[in-house]
Amino acid sequence: MKLERLFQLLFLVPAAVYLLLFFGFPVVKNVIMSFQAYTTTTFYTGEAPWVGLQNYVKVLGSQLFGTALLNTALFTIGSIVGQFAIGLLFALFFRRNFPLSGVLRSLLLLPWLLPLIVSSAVWKWILDQDSGVLNQFLGGVGIGPVPWLTSPSVALITVILVNIWIGIPFNTTILYGGLQDIPEELYEAGSLDGATGWKAFRHITWPMLRPVVSVVLVLGVVYTVKVLDIILGLTNGGPANATQTIATQSYDLSFKQFDFGSGAALSNILIVISALFAIVYLRLNRKAVDD
Amino acid sequence: MTDTALPLRRPSGRGATPKPRLRGNGKKYLLTAVGVLILAVMLFPVYWMINISLQPAGPAIEAAWFPIHAQFNGYVQAFQDQAGNLVTSLLVALGSVIISLVIATPAAYALAQFKVRGVNALLFGILISQMIPGIVVANALYAAYNDLGLLNSIPGLILADSTAGIPFAILIMRAFMLNIPTSIIEAAKVDGAGNFRAFRSIVLPISVNSLITAGLFTFLFTWSDFLFALTLTTTQDVQPITLGIYQYIGTFTSDWSTVMAAAVMASIPAIVLLLAAQKFIAAGATGGAVK
Repeated sequence: MKLERLFQLLFLVPAAVYLLLFFGFPVVKNVIMSFQAYTTTTFYTGEAPWVGLQNYVKVLGSQLFGTALLNTALFTIGSIVGQFAIGLLFALFFRRNFPLSGVLRSLLLLPWLLPLIVSSAVWKWILDQDSGVLNQFLGGVGIGPVPWLTSPSVALITVILVNIWIGIPFNTTILYGGLQDIPEELYEAGSLDGATGWKAFRHITWPMLRPVVSVVLVLGVVYTVKVLDIILGLTNGGPANATQTIATQSYDLSFKQFDFGSGAALSNILIVISALFAIVYLRLNRKAVDD
Repeated sequence: MTDTALPLRRPSGRGATPKPRLRGNGKKYLLTAVGVLILAVMLFPVYWMINISLQPAGPAIEAAWFPIHAQFNGYVQAFQDQAGNLVTSLLVALGSVIISLVIATPAAYALAQFKVRGVNALLFGILISQMIPGIVVANALYAAYNDLGLLNSIPGLILADSTAGIPFAILIMRAFMLNIPTSIIEAAKVDGAGNFRAFRSIVLPISVNSLITAGLFTFLFTWSDFLFALTLTTTQDVQPITLGIYQYIGTFTSDWSTVMAAAVMASIPAIVLLLAAQKFIAAGATGGAVK
């Protein structure tokens, strides 16, 4: 029997090794790098002197940190609220059985399946201030050209709107799945007690959907906090750092300024933020782990 | 064949309970009209991408709303620039599918069917891995790859890109394999089949649908990868299509028909899979995320 157990563990070994090398190692390495002066010189000399908390002091003390933290929060909250609200509306809408509802619902997935950099490229052209189709359209109804991506006071809102567009299909699909799991009998019983329309939603749909809602929201936060593609593709963090988030700033430090130590320090702060939500996520998934 | 016996959990498969009947055909078709409108708005960027890709090359102040004078110059130019990048993306994506399935399938089986210590630890590790921002992995891998000579290499990208595929593949196949009755596997063992043979000749054939779902999504994830393409390549030698598009939009460009043609080419896998492998896509959209 012991041999059998050992044999069973062999099924897990490749995955365990991979996770350790490509998730475990990076986290540990990142923590180490964040206490080192890790620059391009390191790649030639192999030396990365210890600098204690200097990287953290530099990163946290920089003016940009406040901006990036605020932008990350606004980007995450704005995206999640928009994606969820519209996704829920769409899910409720598609739940009503009408001709073609299945086909339309599945075609809706397309924005979610496209490479993010493709979506960024398309939106960048749609939103172009002078030649973009959106301003062309708005100009037709008398709204002057909006500097979607070029004005520091508009760019963050624009990036959030594009990210909402990307997230709607995922939210719709998961919430639709959750709605399908609510037994029809509840609504039948409810309608006898006069619970229809908004009342039915408040007293039957929402309470029954709560577990799915929690998972969707937490997953949404965890994924949105670390978004890079969309922002780099649309604005590169600009104009004037108006769309710089912790993730893009960390990329900038490591791969533009080649200050890997500071980049690591900043991305560790991003891990801490994710970890706070991870705790919530794992609480929700406790059941899956216990199974 | 087997998919009727053990259907994948997909949203449309759960609609066994009858939906509330709508009164009158008129209302029904009104809903369809609203649904079409929603889809038209949501998919407009995709339409616009195709429209622009067919416009004559060169700067256009006001693009036509329909590609009446369709030209393929954009595609010719995009293909000249990006053919090598498309091949790179294809090789990386296929490599990642193979690696991910080889590593994930036995692990998914063990997580679903074995009661060994280590199972929970691995599941915990997978959930944690979802919280780790890609920039953290990229930061550490850049340093490690630099030492190992894996920068600018296809194997390097395959291994890094599998960070998206492997956890997802494990979760989605595990969700499926939880439904395989233990009795089937026990029966095979009574007949003298070992763990490995039971896995190969019983589990793999019945799970083939979930393997396809996992494989298709791994392909899409890897094909769409931008972060690792951006950080783990430094020369033009090995460059996926996503990076090619980023470089198009990063520099000032006036030739948007070429950019959009490249974007269309990069969207082909998503479009083809959505149309041709609908049931697997729907299964993946719900399965992996919620479990």
